[in-house]
Amino acid sequence: MSYSDKVIDHYSHPRNVGTLDKSKNSVGTGLVGAPECGDVMRLQIEVDENHMITDAKFKTFGCGSAIASSSLATEWLKGKSIDEALKIDNMDIVEELSLPPVKIHCSVLAEDAIKSAINDYRVKNGMEPIALEKSHH
Amino acid sequence: MDPRVLEAMLPYFTQKFGNAASRNHPFGWVAEEAVDYAREQVAKIIGATEKEIIFTSGATESNNLALKGVFEMYQQKGNHIITLVTEHKCVLDSAHHIEKMGGKVTFLNVKADGLVDLQELENAMTDKTILVSIMYANNEIGVIQPVKEIAAIAHKHGALFHTDATQAVGKIPVDVIADGIDLLSFTGHKLYGPKGCGALYVRRKNPRVKVTAQIDGGGHERGMRSGTLNVPGIVGFGKACEVAMQDMAEDAKRLSALRDKLEKAVTEMEETYVNGNTEHRLPHVANISFKYVEGEGLMMAMKDLAVSSGSACTSASLEPSYVLKSLGLNDDLAHSSIRFGLGRFTTEEEIDYAIEVTKKAVTHLRELSPLWEMFKEGIDLDSIEWAEH
Ligand SMILES: Cc1ncc(COP(=O)(O)O)c(C=O)c1O
Repeated sequence: MSYSDKVIDHYSHPRNVGTLDKSKNSVGTGLVGAPECGDVMRLQIEVDENHMITDAKFKTFGCGSAIASSSLATEWLKGKSIDEALKIDNMDIVEELSLPPVKIHCSVLAEDAIKSAINDYRVKNGMEPIALEKSHH
Repeated sequence: MDPRVLEAMLPYFTQKFGNAASRNHPFGWVAEEAVDYAREQVAKIIGATEKEIIFTSGATESNNLALKGVFEMYQQKGNHIITLVTEHKCVLDSAHHIEKMGGKVTFLNVKADGLVDLQELENAMTDKTILVSIMYANNEIGVIQPVKEIAAIAHKHGALFHTDATQAVGKIPVDVIADGIDLLSFTGHKLYGPKGCGALYVRRKNPRVKVTAQIDGGGHERGMRSGTLNVPGIVGFGKACEVAMQDMAEDAKRLSALRDKLEKAVTEMEETYVNGNTEHRLPHVANISFKYVEGEGLMMAMKDLAVSSGSACTSASLEPSYVLKSLGLNDDLAHSSIRFGLGRFTTEEEIDYAIEVTKKAVTHLRELSPLWEMFKEGIDLDSIEWAEH
């Protein structure tokens, strides 16, 4: 398997690794994947009163492409409103990281993690969760 | 490939062989003599005679010929075959093929250390059992099976014993007579020879074993495998066997010391486990699980090391290694496994480098791992309801 330079860069220098306090109402947490499948992503966002994402953190158990997809997602999330963040599509991640077809599921997992974190935040703050598409895989 | 092997092969790619000036040197021999000479070299490393060697395209073909060829030849006698769940795919798939042809196959489980349970083998034998096919040493975990005992059980019940010795020949002493082996598969490229050239040993005495050809044609290899021989490949395979016989004891001693050094150093890290029996094991293999780190991700940090992963994170196969799973490892631990393979050309400096790279990468990836964080916080991962994947 050959990895793109961008995947290697995110893998070697992952952005925004860490943990936010999930008990805070301003923090949304998404935990997706399963250890038996070889991929687990945890993605967290900190959201201000204007629903703007001020911080994002991740931790991922998975291959290089899974790590890069979630690292990239945190970069993209910061500074977006939660509604804008919903528009991040897995295919944008595929394109940015030049993921090969066998690694598309890593980008799908990252998109799931974003949506799941946003929903966690919405529910905590009295909003309806947005309907999630059935997972693509 | 060993440079000594390449050197032996090179003249046979040109049209110059048969040069009378070098009569007493293999380079000068004509193709037929060169093949005869290689056949002796190949036979010798397993304690066989030349007439018992059938050249093939590799261990995959040898295993196909052994299983299907024995089944076809002896199906009047019985239709039952016994093998192991940890065999190489080419044995397992040949066995599945035999099931489609009307055969019955028992796939024995292994114990947690990867070894066959001899009592279970004994219990599985029936008067319809014609063949027991159990690998000499496993390719992923290096575990060496008790072949002598297996052969004795097979023979007691009138069955033949085949072994896929691809990983063992040239690494540890293998002797078809002392071990009681009736058929044995091996291949050039696992002993520093060329790819695409292997052999099947078929015993000629006590008893005389026969296989039905799976490749029909001009009747080469005493009718058991037709097709013009790959002369340079065979010459290289022969040379590789000769070199292995000279170097094996020295290589094994050196490599097991290096392997043990690597294993000891990396298992000093927390939550790091060696897979498979460590007493009955090939000298150059180590299979290690680094809990809470995914194997493919770990391999990415080790691109310049000879490693492979028990995890296969591709959409085609999210399944981790079936060999590790058959030892009873959970899927997540199987996903966290790395196989280190040392070789004749591995140096101590490379091992020191491998230790450093491995420790650094595992530490880095654990910092990135949500599972490691949960483990450190004392959260039981089994208590979490993971999303369907
Ligand atoms: C145990 C075992 N059997 C069979 C094979 C297949 O050998 P070949 O590639 O020569 O067909 C391999 C791997 O190469 C192996 O490790």
